[in-house]
Amino acid sequence: MSFEVLDPGMLTQVQDMGRLGYQHIGVTTGGPMDEHAFLWANRLLNNPLNAPQLEITFGRLSLLTHSDTCIALTGADLGARLNDQPIAPWQTYEIKQGDRLSFGIPVAGLRAYLAVSGGLGVPARLGSAATVSREHLGGLDGTGAKLAKGDRIPLATPSAAAKASVPYSEIPDYRKPLRVGVIPGYQYRHFPRSARARFFTSEYHVSQNIDRMGYRLSGEAIHGDLDGIISEGIAYGAIQIPTDGQPIVLMKDRQTIGGYPKIGSLSALGAGQLAQRAPGASVSFYLTDVAEAEARRMIFNHQLRQGALGTTG
Amino acid sequence: MRIEGINESTCIVYFGDTICDETAGLVKQATDNIRAALSDVITDLVPSYTSVMVCYDLDRIDRFGIHTRLRQALEGGAAKAQDDAAAQTLELPVYYGPEVALDLKDVCEFSGLSADEVIQIHSEQTYRVYAIGFSPGFAFLGSTDQRIAMPRKSTPRLKVPVGSVGIAGSQTAIYPSATPGGWQIVGRTPSKMVDWDSESLALAQIGDRIKFRSIDRAEFISLGGQLDEL
Repeated sequence: MSFEVLDPGMLTQVQDMGRLGYQHIGVTTGGPMDEHAFLWANRLLNNPLNAPQLEITFGRLSLLTHSDTCIALTGADLGARLNDQPIAPWQTYEIKQGDRLSFGIPVAGLRAYLAVSGGLGVPARLGSAATVSREHLGGLDGTGAKLAKGDRIPLATPSAAAKASVPYSEIPDYRKPLRVGVIPGYQYRHFPRSARARFFTSEYHVSQNIDRMGYRLSGEAIHGDLDGIISEGIAYGAIQIPTDGQPIVLMKDRQTIGGYPKIGSLSALGAGQLAQRAPGASVSFYLTDVAEAEARRMIFNHQLRQGALGTTG
Repeated sequence: MRIEGINESTCIVYFGDTICDETAGLVKQATDNIRAALSDVITDLVPSYTSVMVCYDLDRIDRFGIHTRLRQALEGGAAKAQDDAAAQTLELPVYYGPEVALDLKDVCEFSGLSADEVIQIHSEQTYRVYAIGFSPGFAFLGSTDQRIAMPRKSTPRLKVPVGSVGIAGSQTAIYPSATPGGWQIVGRTPSKMVDWDSESLALAQIGDRIKFRSIDRAEFISLGGQLDEL
């Protein structure tokens, strides 16, 4: 019961919902860059929502299947093929021993999620299989390595899964310019009115400097009255404004604490949409608050519980 | 004390605006109290110099609930002022020799002191763990004696060796893993700061006290210390 890695592509990692409960000793969470896509993939298969999956960044991954099972594909359209037949994301597929599953280059979005019925059979390190390469934690052997050619990925025993697809209304269009809500917080008050106005009316672009730690944006520089602050906890989606005034959105592999001023934070769902944007993509911000972010997340959690067309239980 | 929302599953509690022993004590006490009283709803706690960031599970509690529970836990917590009872004092052996003290010369120049004087000043003080972060187990210790409080390097090193002891202004710290870093390196400890296979995981916890003990090359090696290959 396994996948054999014929080509690991640019960056393919094992992820679950993250390594929670160790940030007080400086261990970051890791976890899926796009929670929306990750959670739907597990839901489509009726897996536990935290079951480990593959996060495929950019594409070029090629796998050989050594067992019959059922998979779900969500997130970015990376030109996936099952034995040379194109397959679309946001639904499940049955696969047979000897099948080849391969990914091309991004058509829409940047990160695809591949879940397998029952989850991947990988060990947990500090309670999680999430790969954080910088910390040498998680992944296939627990040491934070990304997938390599020849790796065998153990699969759990599949449970009977019906054919299922994500409701159309839940499928985002990653090609659209991103307009995302910012919850004011942290050092928001230390940015003068003019700087906030500029931040909320300007168009930013995703720069080349993006990774699982942070997304650096480029556009109108924002300056506050603080150069640095006493280091404090950094939330997923927090927006750091370094001295050059170019915003950095902190992502899943962020450092746990940091000393740059922050103007606020995205919601987890908002940060997940940003994570699907490639360099050059347009990003603009609107002012929101904790109440709205909370309401949106509760609606999402509810829809997830309702399940998809074809899912049972 | 001030509780502020950050996003749909995170808020932060501030206990002061300056780095000092008193605020650090409040942070440690609050961290212990929140962990004890809210373990059913929190997913992570991130204490630092003056604040505790609280991550919670929105499926179990909302923004109103977490504020109420935090206030209850923190206002009733004054009685549990056993701050230093649980905090330990760790003695860490440090070799300050020229092979590992990569920036000791610069610190001598900065301070106008001899190497022996810098080592004595650095190792005779008891430090407090104010924050842990940057990388797993990286403990920010304060406060360094003003005479040797040299600022960070203008260009960080791409790779600071494991166990390196550095100074950055009024702070000092040990690098638990080989990472990039800009602190002025004055020595190296053979002690393992993080061990994922041990019960405690990280040697130092927030609120702990740390004292450095100057050791010679032979003891450094016998304790398992590694010198760089040239």
